[in-house]
Amino acid sequence: MRRLYSFFLGIVLIILLLWGITKQLETKNTQGTTNKLVIYNWGDYIDPDLLDEFTAETGIQVDYQTFDSNEAMYTKIKQGGTTYDLAVPSEYMISKMREEDMLIKLDKSKIQGLENIDPQFMGLSFDENNDYSIPYFWGTLGIVYNESMVENPPQEWEDLWSEEYRDNIMLIDGVREVMGFGLQSLGYSLNSQDPNQIQETAEHLYNLTPNVKAIVADEIKGYMIQNAAAIAVSFSGEASEMLDGNENLRYVVPSKGSNLWFDNMVIPKTAKNIDGAHAFMSFMLRPENALRNAEYVGYSTPIPAAKALLDEETQNDEAFYPSAETMKNMEVYDNLGPEMLGLYNDLYLQFKMYRK
Amino acid sequence: MKKTSKFFMAPYLLWVLLFVLAPVVLIVYQSFFNIHDELTLANYQSYFHSPNMTYLKMSFNSIFYAGIITLVTLLFSYPTAFFLTQLKHKQLWLMLIILPTWVNLLLKAYAFIGIFGQDGSINQFLSFFGIGAQQILFTDFSFIAVASYIEIPFMILPIFNVLDDLDPNLIHASRDLGASPWQTFTKVIFPLSMNGVRSGVQAVFIPSLSLFMLTRLIGGNRVITLGTAIEQHFLTTQNWGMGSTIGVVLILAMLAVMWLTKERKKS
Amino acid sequence: MKKFAKIYLAIAFLILYLPIFYLIFYAFNEGGDMNKFTGFTLDYFSSMMGDSRLMLILAQTFLLAFLSSLIATVIGTFGAIYIYQSKDKYQNALLSINNILMVAPDVMIGASFLILFTKIGFELGFSSVLLSHVAFSIPIVVLMVLPRLKEMNADMISAAYDLGASQPQMLREIMLPYLTPAIIAGYFMAFTYSLDDFAVTFFVTGNGYSNLSVEIYSRARQGISLEINALSALVFLFSILLVVGYYFISREKEELA
Repeated sequence: MRRLYSFFLGIVLIILLLWGITKQLETKNTQGTTNKLVIYNWGDYIDPDLLDEFTAETGIQVDYQTFDSNEAMYTKIKQGGTTYDLAVPSEYMISKMREEDMLIKLDKSKIQGLENIDPQFMGLSFDENNDYSIPYFWGTLGIVYNESMVENPPQEWEDLWSEEYRDNIMLIDGVREVMGFGLQSLGYSLNSQDPNQIQETAEHLYNLTPNVKAIVADEIKGYMIQNAAAIAVSFSGEASEMLDGNENLRYVVPSKGSNLWFDNMVIPKTAKNIDGAHAFMSFMLRPENALRNAEYVGYSTPIPAAKALLDEETQNDEAFYPSAETMKNMEVYDNLGPEMLGLYNDLYLQFKMYRK
Repeated sequence: MKKTSKFFMAPYLLWVLLFVLAPVVLIVYQSFFNIHDELTLANYQSYFHSPNMTYLKMSFNSIFYAGIITLVTLLFSYPTAFFLTQLKHKQLWLMLIILPTWVNLLLKAYAFIGIFGQDGSINQFLSFFGIGAQQILFTDFSFIAVASYIEIPFMILPIFNVLDDLDPNLIHASRDLGASPWQTFTKVIFPLSMNGVRSGVQAVFIPSLSLFMLTRLIGGNRVITLGTAIEQHFLTTQNWGMGSTIGVVLILAMLAVMWLTKERKKS
Repeated sequence: MKKFAKIYLAIAFLILYLPIFYLIFYAFNEGGDMNKFTGFTLDYFSSMMGDSRLMLILAQTFLLAFLSSLIATVIGTFGAIYIYQSKDKYQNALLSINNILMVAPDVMIGASFLILFTKIGFELGFSSVLLSHVAFSIPIVVLMVLPRLKEMNADMISAAYDLGASQPQMLREIMLPYLTPAIIAGYFMAFTYSLDDFAVTFFVTGNGYSNLSVEIYSRARQGISLEINALSALVFLFSILLVVGYYFISREKEELA
């Protein structure tokens, strides 16, 4: 019994110690100000120095919370019990949140710098007047390939079906992405709601399975850098990390059409510090801040003035800032609605399980 | 035997009510609703009648792989626990075995990706000996290996605790009576450790039924289990009804396993 | 046989520690990721210690783990005793109910708890996370304690009562001392569950409280900075020191007693 007592005593002591440390760190972090901004964003998706500068300039303390997927973020905000002032979802989630009345209409008079944004990134289908969201980062879905591992590099979606790539392609684990490029490879829109087109795509994708080595998520970066496969279907952001890590890798955006994605800043209805959120948006729209953020995160910035200050190689890289020609054929995801999304998901699940 | 008073049991029973039964009721209730919040049996229908028997195959995969993982874990853990009991500072060594479990799962999976990769540690080791680089990742082997690795402490601990308590006189008696070491093991030691083995099997098999992170990280989604489907339904399609249906299936599978491995009192 | 045992254990430890060494090794990697070692640097250690947000999350994570495991161990131990003392025909059913949370995927548990908390209007924050951690840790404590209970010689208990012991006395002098190794095992398994949990914490935390797991998973999209490796390395080494230290101190105490 003595042993049990001493064990529990030790545990209680550790708990008290940690309690003290936690309280110390909490007060240090909040510094007593009541003016707080709670930001809900992807992990490591902002230059931490920018947050400190924002606080120094406005006196608003930033509480940075993170999520790992749009769906998880959506579930949390929807269910309630949270007071996020600013969130950064992707475009298809924004259109869903709008439909479910989860977002506040932006007061544009409180946002400075809207004119800094590239007009081609405004007024898109998921938020026609940008009444609810402001662009933060954008990118494309494309093909990463390892020059030393392929004879004929793929350029378009339909190339992926080539026998040359048997068991050598990694796909990103996303239902819209896989069904999307499947649809586009047949010349259809990636927002198709036509059951015939969708069925045709599903069967076409079954024919791809011999080439598919694995279907993975963020770990795809590590895999491609380590030469686990010759080809990957992935986002431009992830691709830029891959290219940094392995000099044999190249990224190409299919010119016949692909997905254009956006991560935009929104204000959920449950927000408390709405003025603070608007101030933060203005802060991020300043070219010098957008530039630093783009350099830290490595994704494409929607602010041309910031892009112009990036190093020559980056801003002229067609993979990450595609030509106007390619941009014409890019599609943004529309919200498919629950039934269609359910159908897409069922087919995707069957695709994952299909082995010829 | 006089029962320990209700006072001590109350928190546990309260937990069962609030955190086990209430969620189960919620899940069963949800499983009868579709996306439009209409009462329906459609979820169960699609479980049994989906094209290509998707969900049935997934259930089979879940049970099959959970079984293999449990077996592999047991085969590795039992000797480890056994030899540990014979060491001098056994409690210390036991703690050192548990320590790696406190490092985050995702980090360890990334480490395995590096270790099993084409140019990873193992392949470099093999190349050193002239054997060419092997495809280790995205195979059943690597998936089962990593899953077992994660579960090992859960199997070692209960078995160790039971073996440690074994009366050494029983073993000596068995040897004195002429039994070989193997006979002593199979007829004396192993049967007496069954309670620990049973606990370990339950502690490993049950969570393994719903693995989905590892199926993606190490298996590359070449193996799809019920966990993958639940994750998809709860998050992507927001079809909590269907997700709950699969949850019900998992619970039933678990109950079946519990019943199969239950203690049978000898008459 | 002794030789074989030592070799087997050595290999077992090697296998168990291989990924850990890998992670610690790369914490010093100049290259910034775990793909190739390009050079030696201590940058990640210093940036990690300077990141006060990360330090707060670390402290919160361990506070949560230590505290929730403690509560879960207490409740779970008595739960195991309860199941042990139930009629034989009910035992399997009770144990099955106990194990339900272990079979449910984290996403489902997280979502269900979230619904329950919001339905009864319970404020989401540290308390909701603590309660949830206690909840999903109790089953494993029961599973660790129960086998030892079954091995226990029931006659000892009867003898104690015959000799006039009260219930608290019986617990204190007989049952709990006997169960100590299993209770401690249960504690550490609960600790593991709590440290590693992502989905449940993520869902029930409201927007106040984050833990290390949530932070790590959220960074996966950007690539997990080696700061995390550095953090894990330090925590791990610290734990080893703590464990070894505690062991040798308690041994000395026993010898002196």
